[in-house]
Amino acid sequence: MLKAIHKTGLVFFPAFDWAIDPTHPEREERLLYTQDQVTEEGVFDIPGIIEYKPVLATAKDIQRAQFCVPDEASITTESHLISAGGAKVIADAVMGKEVKNGFALVRPPGHHSMRVSHGGRGFCHINIEAIMVEYIRTRYGVKRIAIIDTDCHHGDGTDNIFWHDPDVLFISMHQDGRTMFPGTGFPGELGGPNAKGSNLNIPLPPGTSTEGYLYVINNCVLPVLDEFKPDLVINSAGQDNHYTDPLTNMNFCAQGYAQLTTLLKPDIAVLEGGYAIEGALPYVNLGIILAMAGVDYSGVVEPDYNPEKLKQSVSITDKIKKTIDQINSFWAQRHQLREAAGTPGELQVRHKEIYYDTDNIFERQKERVRICADCGGSFEIDSRAMPGLHILGVHIPINACKNCIEKGYEFYETAPGGKYDRIYLMDRPKDSYHVK
Amino acid sequence: MIIGLDVGGTHTYTVLLSNRGIEKSVKVTTDHADLFNTVLSGFTQLLESVDPSRIKRAVISTTLTTNAIVQQTMEPVGMIVSAGPGLDPEFFRTGEQYYPVSGSINHRGREKAPVNEIQIKDISQKLVAAGIEYVGVVSKFCVRNPSHEILIKRIIHKYFKKVFLGHHVSGNLNFPRRIATTHLNAAVFSLHKSFFEAVKKSLNEKGLTVPIQILKADGGTMSLEASMHFPGQTVLSGPAASIMGAIPYAPEGQDAIVLDIGGTTTDIAFLVDKAPLLEPVGIQRGRYRSLIRSLRTDSKGIGGDSALRVIDGNLTIGPDRQGPAMAFGGPLPTPTDAMVVLGVMDSANPEKSLAGIHTIAKGLGLSDEQAAEKVFKTCCTIILKKTFEMIDQINSQPVYTVHDFLEGYKLSPQKILVLGGPAPYFAQKIEDLYQIDTFAVPNSAVANAVGAALARTTCEVSLYADTEQGIVTAHEEDFAEPISKTFSEDDLMETAYNLLKEKAINSGADPENMDEVEVVEYQKFNIVRNFSPRGKIFRTKMQLKPGLIKGYETLLH
Repeated sequence: MLKAIHKTGLVFFPAFDWAIDPTHPEREERLLYTQDQVTEEGVFDIPGIIEYKPVLATAKDIQRAQFCVPDEASITTESHLISAGGAKVIADAVMGKEVKNGFALVRPPGHHSMRVSHGGRGFCHINIEAIMVEYIRTRYGVKRIAIIDTDCHHGDGTDNIFWHDPDVLFISMHQDGRTMFPGTGFPGELGGPNAKGSNLNIPLPPGTSTEGYLYVINNCVLPVLDEFKPDLVINSAGQDNHYTDPLTNMNFCAQGYAQLTTLLKPDIAVLEGGYAIEGALPYVNLGIILAMAGVDYSGVVEPDYNPEKLKQSVSITDKIKKTIDQINSFWAQRHQLREAAGTPGELQVRHKEIYYDTDNIFERQKERVRICADCGGSFEIDSRAMPGLHILGVHIPINACKNCIEKGYEFYETAPGGKYDRIYLMDRPKDSYHVK
Repeated sequence: MIIGLDVGGTHTYTVLLSNRGIEKSVKVTTDHADLFNTVLSGFTQLLESVDPSRIKRAVISTTLTTNAIVQQTMEPVGMIVSAGPGLDPEFFRTGEQYYPVSGSINHRGREKAPVNEIQIKDISQKLVAAGIEYVGVVSKFCVRNPSHEILIKRIIHKYFKKVFLGHHVSGNLNFPRRIATTHLNAAVFSLHKSFFEAVKKSLNEKGLTVPIQILKADGGTMSLEASMHFPGQTVLSGPAASIMGAIPYAPEGQDAIVLDIGGTTTDIAFLVDKAPLLEPVGIQRGRYRSLIRSLRTDSKGIGGDSALRVIDGNLTIGPDRQGPAMAFGGPLPTPTDAMVVLGVMDSANPEKSLAGIHTIAKGLGLSDEQAAEKVFKTCCTIILKKTFEMIDQINSQPVYTVHDFLEGYKLSPQKILVLGGPAPYFAQKIEDLYQIDTFAVPNSAVANAVGAALARTTCEVSLYADTEQGIVTAHEEDFAEPISKTFSEDDLMETAYNLLKEKAINSGADPENMDEVEVVEYQKFNIVRNFSPRGKIFRTKMQLKPGLIKGYETLLH
């Protein structure tokens, strides 16, 4: 009998009336054929698959994750808020145990949007997963969360937001940054001094196929998850590793995505990129939904699928193995790396330059973080956007120790008012947000 | 004058309406084993004193197909199913003679794998050997490109009495439901055909020669001829008849709830500005899912004859019926008995009701009056709770555009219309309990037959235009035409309207009652490949809304 073995919640919000611009890959048509395929398959009639209606995310939801400059309303449209709201609805359904797991098929995506957001980059304005994760932590008190980003582009926004957070494990597997936007995500990028090893970046060579992806899952992601012991696993489910994707150079397929989902067993999956809207998305999305629900997906195969043509070369296999060995050794040394990163109490400075390809903004950041052995450490980000504003954002992490809370308020209170257009304080322990 | 006939679970009512109102009504007992004679005697008694040549319209609502499904007396038929990539078609098996075959069409309607003619011929031989006379053929995405279904029919049709094709069933996507619906049409076809041909012949002999109309689950009618292609659409026409019968009393410009309180169940439905709400995809009851257009109804297992019991000190109502109320000789107390005890309803045997309610009162530790009050109140509460759940569900239905998300219609009924035997008593109680304007539909017993008589012809067309591929199609109507790159929304709407009109006339619509056209769905997408526009996709659904024919409605007030 056709039945979901795991009760699975779905939010399907294709935003059929929203686009970045008419010929942009992130446009109205993107999920049209996915909707057709899913509807024709009768997926919503399968007992145990439950469709939810999204809600609008609020400014408060965004303020738990990001400093929006000048404010939330200026850089978002309703579609962004519904997209983030869709992820929230799935989170509630999973956390409320109405369903075993859930998949938010929403657009626009969010994983390139960073802690400070001056606008759109990589088709993202606000970070859907980060907003959802912070909502889950505040509302349900979940402590340890793992985010596995399987989009073909480095999830640099999510990477950035959880950079200093030892309680959020962020793993991104993506096409090598030397060949692909945003040009980051190398093995040495391991997280901030207080959270070394809680960010793992796995660059994969162009031409990686199903064999390579499943190798990474089996030999790195699953063993790391076993050790990290997250309370919740989230998958940023980008679908642009597909062999027909127009923006990337990989050889992944619908069966591979479904198998990856079966192995990873995410509690929540959120759609990210994926722009082969006719040849890939209908099959990949169907495969992921069925895999989450525990329904046989062996018949979900692209009509033009030819495994012989997609076979991975030996040299690619070798490269992937080397990268994984390196990442695994970093992971094994994470405690030593954290100890070596600095002396508790001191401030460590990081400079960063960020380009917003979607909105053509250039941003310069100077970040100062308090080295701390007891929590993720409070930090301040001095950010100047061109064109745009010069702001300071102060973040006090949700599990902050007493010293870091004090330091956070010191950052905020002593910031020279005349120097900045806006000064923000994100006090996560109190769940409050202040602007001056 | 017009006639409406509704076959109910217990009684069959036939009414004669003129522009002065209800002229005559006839009640006969329903004989489920012989529906033909039930229908015939309804007509015979009604026409006793009436000149049949004055009858301008006759509409029949029967339980023929519903019974065939419930009693599993449907004829075994063959199904040939072509799925392509996706869920295993074995999940949707309809019976022994079910054959998944090769061939595949994708979501844009492009052929991805051809039909294997040898395989089809082979299967058709097996079906013939098994004595199969009717076959359904369904391919995935046939609503985008029916060529595989048509080809398979061409190969096999000479071996069978009739072949039913999936793309004729509905313009909606949903392969499993299309299989179930096509199967239903094939499996009840011969039953439906022989029944209605017999009815038509007998009525002709009585001099009643107007074309017979048949009520559908969507509260609209279709001609007898049109029904031969889609006999499955007559399923669940009973609840539709009662909802249509409530429309004359519904408020204009407002939402209303319709409650039809029967012996064992209460049907719940909704009206928006006098138009009933439809199911988004098709009839669904329990695990059964179809693409049959239907009014959005649900039922709760509580009615006037529901059995009352006290279990572990708690009152239970239904869901079973053990017979009529004790007041009418039944074995167990019922909500009807409670109403008799409370003095809201008259009965020849109030002492029997009292005896029954007394046992309930003892079990609950209440006085007889208190127990009766509790029963009555609990019935109302359960029915209304289910109603509010349905409203919540309707209002939380997923939407797929930012516009619908922000501007979508919210159902908020301000009036309740109650039908069925105990309607007047329930109406008063519900109004007292919930402070919602509640109204008992007069002549409630014949409301179903009146609803059938007054229901107008409905239909829907779905169009799909793809300027990249240069074609506009409505495969359900066997329609396909080439279009140019400049094909516009206006062109689409004009094409849709013409198709809808043609379909309505073919289904027996009266041109006077064809102005309630509604665009149910409209979407437009740019097709972009490699960053340059290649064309547009347009989709629309247009319907003739369910409602009442003109000239009779006002006279019922």
